[in-house]
Amino acid sequence: MNNSFLQLVFLQFRSFYREPAILFWAIGFPIIMAGVLGIAFSNKEIKRKVMILGSTDSASFEKVLGADIGMPSRFTFIYGTKSQAELGIKRGEIQLYFLPSSDRITFFLDPTNTEAQNTYLVLEREFRRDNKVTKKIVVQPLTSFGTRYIDFLIPGLIALGILNSCIWGISWTLINYRIKKLLRRMIATPMKKSYFFLAQFSARIFITIAEAVFLFLFAWIFFKVQISGSLLALAIVFLCGVIAFSGLAILVSSKTANTEVANGIINAVTLPMMILSGIFFSYHNFPEWLIPVIKVLPLTMLADAFRSIFIEGAGTKDILLPSLILLAEGIVFYWIGRKIYKWN
Amino acid sequence: MDKEILIEVNKVKKTFKSLVAVNDVSFKVNAGEYLALLGPNGAGKTTLIEMIEGIQKQDSGEIFIQGKSWDGNAEELHGIMGISLQETHFVDHNSVEETLNLFSSFYGLPKSRPQEILEIIGLDAKRKTYVNHLSGGQRQKLALGVALLNNPKVLLLDEPTTGLDPNARREIWILLEKLKHTSKTAMILTTHYMEEAQYLCDRIIIMNKGGFLAEGTLSQLIKSYGEGEIIQFLVNKPFKESLKSLPSVKKVFWEIRGTKGKLVVSDITSTLPHFLALIAKENLKLLELESRKVTLEDLFISLTGKALNE
Repeated sequence: MNNSFLQLVFLQFRSFYREPAILFWAIGFPIIMAGVLGIAFSNKEIKRKVMILGSTDSASFEKVLGADIGMPSRFTFIYGTKSQAELGIKRGEIQLYFLPSSDRITFFLDPTNTEAQNTYLVLEREFRRDNKVTKKIVVQPLTSFGTRYIDFLIPGLIALGILNSCIWGISWTLINYRIKKLLRRMIATPMKKSYFFLAQFSARIFITIAEAVFLFLFAWIFFKVQISGSLLALAIVFLCGVIAFSGLAILVSSKTANTEVANGIINAVTLPMMILSGIFFSYHNFPEWLIPVIKVLPLTMLADAFRSIFIEGAGTKDILLPSLILLAEGIVFYWIGRKIYKWN
Repeated sequence: MDKEILIEVNKVKKTFKSLVAVNDVSFKVNAGEYLALLGPNGAGKTTLIEMIEGIQKQDSGEIFIQGKSWDGNAEELHGIMGISLQETHFVDHNSVEETLNLFSSFYGLPKSRPQEILEIIGLDAKRKTYVNHLSGGQRQKLALGVALLNNPKVLLLDEPTTGLDPNARREIWILLEKLKHTSKTAMILTTHYMEEAQYLCDRIIIMNKGGFLAEGTLSQLIKSYGEGEIIQFLVNKPFKESLKSLPSVKKVFWEIRGTKGKLVVSDITSTLPHFLALIAKENLKLLELESRKVTLEDLFISLTGKALNE
């Protein structure tokens, strides 16, 4: 075969199927992602929680709607006070709540949150079906600080920013140094290895602070996002987050000298956390059994701690435990990374 | 007069799986001496030099730098050693000066040292240039500058001029030659350029397949091959008569038996007329003819059966 068009086509195919890393990222990874997201959103066992204010008339809604109100989701109704409902929304545990009164049912939700919107539409349709509920239905948009999607999103994005900055900034740089044999060149001098790593971490603190400040200023100016809790607590969690992810970054960079493998490892570390840790949507959509695992992921811990400070007004006492865990994780990652670090 | 031995390699062996990379080699380098490790790709030069650099560990044998082994003395030995790797990249978007400052800090050198190096390596005009904008030759000069920062007693250069054009190569040679006159540095240089070994080094070790084939000064090596001159030729049909009986011929090497070969002769002017007469007598056609002095390349080919750059 001496057709140059076909030769050029084969050239593309060969570089595709002869590179295991590319095969994995092109075929294996999307399948894994589909599986993970599928578990999150199509698992029949998942019941969406909806909160009803007050306890009067309580059993009647389940009676009206039945245990199963059909597609696309099933619901669990829980009863609580307004402050419990707001905290539930802030933490992403519920998407909406409603208040039944004598002549009307008032739904409280953030209209910009599509998940909440969906839940509302399904409920409304079920209420109206066969005139099960004849009361007037009104929607009260939640626009107060802390209950909006943007309030949920920004602290998570800041946490994600630290993860990405550390992993791409540190791991990628160090792996490149190894590829360029710069690590090898450096350890042929009396350079102190601890300085080498400490410098990576120290520079990263300043870089991540700058990144977070810009993101916050943007969110503050355009969306009126605020920090309602302690700034000291925020600083402590932030620092511990940078330590955790810098340690992770050093561990990630400890062995490979191949760009494709590096790309794979970095994505394998960051992407699952990005999806599982509830940065863009609440991790309460995942099955119950998975939630304890998700909660101990460093990114979840950091994002949850940030959210509690931003939205719930948490102070230093509240974030002590996650901070200590993040700190410990960072030290362990760093220690392992140093032990197995490949300089040649 | 006893010279200070700075590098001592004693029965060193290194194996990678089934490949013997360095096979039981020993040598010494004195202060102020330049030694070349000459050999083709894959001869084991880099492995050997990396063991001396302390980057790899030998399976058996001993290596002493200034009388000390790497065990427990790494920091001290790094301090007296300068190295340049086969290919050195520095961090992009950092200038020549910033790169020198960085490495200078590792040795705790005074702030004036990078400036001195800039002048020594002739990159003063490029001090603000990003390293990724340097030419290959300039980058190698910078690598050499970094290696010289700490005024090393031991300098290890792994193929410092591979891939450079002849001009850039010569500039590096001149730099190293100057250094030889101004310091007592012991240097090991690996190369597969015969001229480089010849030009720079007092002593040459020819290496192939992990072992040493020959060792000595240039003239000693040439002598071992057979002093004299070379007549290299190609004819269309094999000679019938033996070439050994021609006047002043010392050795005959055949590349293709009978037609392509080399004569090592003591006096080219007495051999050549008889050689040409023989060609005429046997009615052969001379396709190629070259006469020149014996080089290391000839020695290498006679020892290994292949050319250095193969």
